[in-house]
Amino acid sequence: MTPLRDVAKIIRSKNAGPFTITIDIIFDDEDCLDALLNLLNRKLVAQLYKVNSEDIEIIPYRPARAVKINIPRGTPSGHPGDTDVYGAQQHAPLLGLEVECG
Amino acid sequence: MEIRILSPTAILGYGFPVQSLEYGVSLEPDVIAVDGGSTDPGPYYLGEGVPFVSAKAVERDLFYLVKASTEREIPLLIGSAGGAGAEPHVNWTLERLRRITQKLGTRLKAGVIYTDVDKGELIRKIESGTYNKPIPHSRLSPLKTETISNTKRIVAQVGVEPFTQLLKEDVDVIVAGRSVDIAPFAALPWLKGMDKGLAVHLGKILECGAIAAEPGSGSDGMMGILRDNEFEVFPLNPSRRATMTSIAEHAMYERTDPFREHIPGGYSDMSSVLYEETGDGRVVVKGSRWIPVQRRLVKLEGASFAGYRFIVIAGARDPDFLSRIDGLVSKTLESIRELVGDEGYSVHLRVYGRDGVMGDREPEPRITHEAGLVFEVLADEKDKAKTVAGLVRSTLLHIGWEGRKTTAGNLAFPFSPSDIDAGRAYTWSVWHLIEEENFLEYSRMMLKEV
Repeated sequence: MTPLRDVAKIIRSKNAGPFTITIDIIFDDEDCLDALLNLLNRKLVAQLYKVNSEDIEIIPYRPARAVKINIPRGTPSGHPGDTDVYGAQQHAPLLGLEVECG
Repeated sequence: MEIRILSPTAILGYGFPVQSLEYGVSLEPDVIAVDGGSTDPGPYYLGEGVPFVSAKAVERDLFYLVKASTEREIPLLIGSAGGAGAEPHVNWTLERLRRITQKLGTRLKAGVIYTDVDKGELIRKIESGTYNKPIPHSRLSPLKTETISNTKRIVAQVGVEPFTQLLKEDVDVIVAGRSVDIAPFAALPWLKGMDKGLAVHLGKILECGAIAAEPGSGSDGMMGILRDNEFEVFPLNPSRRATMTSIAEHAMYERTDPFREHIPGGYSDMSSVLYEETGDGRVVVKGSRWIPVQRRLVKLEGASFAGYRFIVIAGARDPDFLSRIDGLVSKTLESIRELVGDEGYSVHLRVYGRDGVMGDREPEPRITHEAGLVFEVLADEKDKAKTVAGLVRSTLLHIGWEGRKTTAGNLAFPFSPSDIDAGRAYTWSVWHLIEEENFLEYSRMMLKEV
């Protein structure tokens, strides 16, 4: 088992509009993507991010050997109390996810 | 048929190397298109009516772009001018343009598109049932009269059609208010009857400048060549290249749906796209298809005033204080309530070094040897925000507890003054889809000599 941070090429988060954070995990090879897809489900993301699993979308995107995870923001972008206006630093809970590949 | 589209930079004012532009121009583009905006910097810029790029930076970019487009006699198209794309942003951009044409001793025929929504008219149309009810984003409520009245500014994010309409007038430049990012890129291809789906997909890549290249950059350009059944993209800087991966990755960038790029009137279906590297850092893309939709929906964006904001930044290094932060902050706020009541203001704290970036979602909320505290105070009156910020600072600085050793003060302030006026704060109050009966319902267009 290897942590995702060591096998993924890109792990990034960003706003997709002011109410949603979209997280892209992109790999160099198909095997690691498949290994992650075997493991990844809404329940797991819900635990990692403390959000309701019904509000999570997981979308594999094979043209880029990638998977996209959409989660709702706690506070909308730029609203009082927001901590990340661009949503660019919300990927960290995924970095340590153990994947069987690489 | 072939159309060559030059995208100089990710956002007007982000800059680009002059050599990149010169190389792009040598490839005989048919149009120069650039996106001016984004909602990513937050609701402040729409609410306040100010740009998030500087006048100098925009004038610098415009100088070279106007020069290039007039020399080649091709149109220069600018979408979401000034950032948020409301009237003050469009006018600000026109003013930058006017300075540049003066400097260059030239006159341009400009097409201007205002996309501000008249609040009174919107209320009347919704109340009289002329409109079907606008569809709220799942996080917002249905649009009520009160919400509209309380919103400082509302813009409609218009589609490609107002651009094509103005191109028919043979304009030299278009300065448009809030519009879909791809609009200035897809305008000429749509006007010439080329494949809409390919044009939208190409626009999605080009609108971010060289961000879709390797290495990526928001301050450099890309070229797109649209043909009948495919398009080709490549960066304008020899130190970058487009790869299958970089272009495919970009389709999913900052969107929830990697397979569809939605705009008013339909979407580009990118689910069966083929990418091919053709050498020299170029990528050819085939298979994006235009899918028209029955209901033409336009997104409205609106920002409401949320209060005057003061911030207080402080560090802390004392382990005893750090282990008690939450309790001491609660006590501080309690004593402030005793002094000024609890109406008309709110205080939000981020503790950097613990959970400042992720808040409640932080999986490892641990403090090590130090932490940074940022207090945000919002109040309906500026004086109140200033008062509460001052009290937060002075109270927490000197608050005591049983066994306290650091009795001269709990906080390390990096700045004097320590309470910082952060201006007015806004929230997104409108993010609704509304039906558009005709293509140009939310576009107020005019011709101007600049």
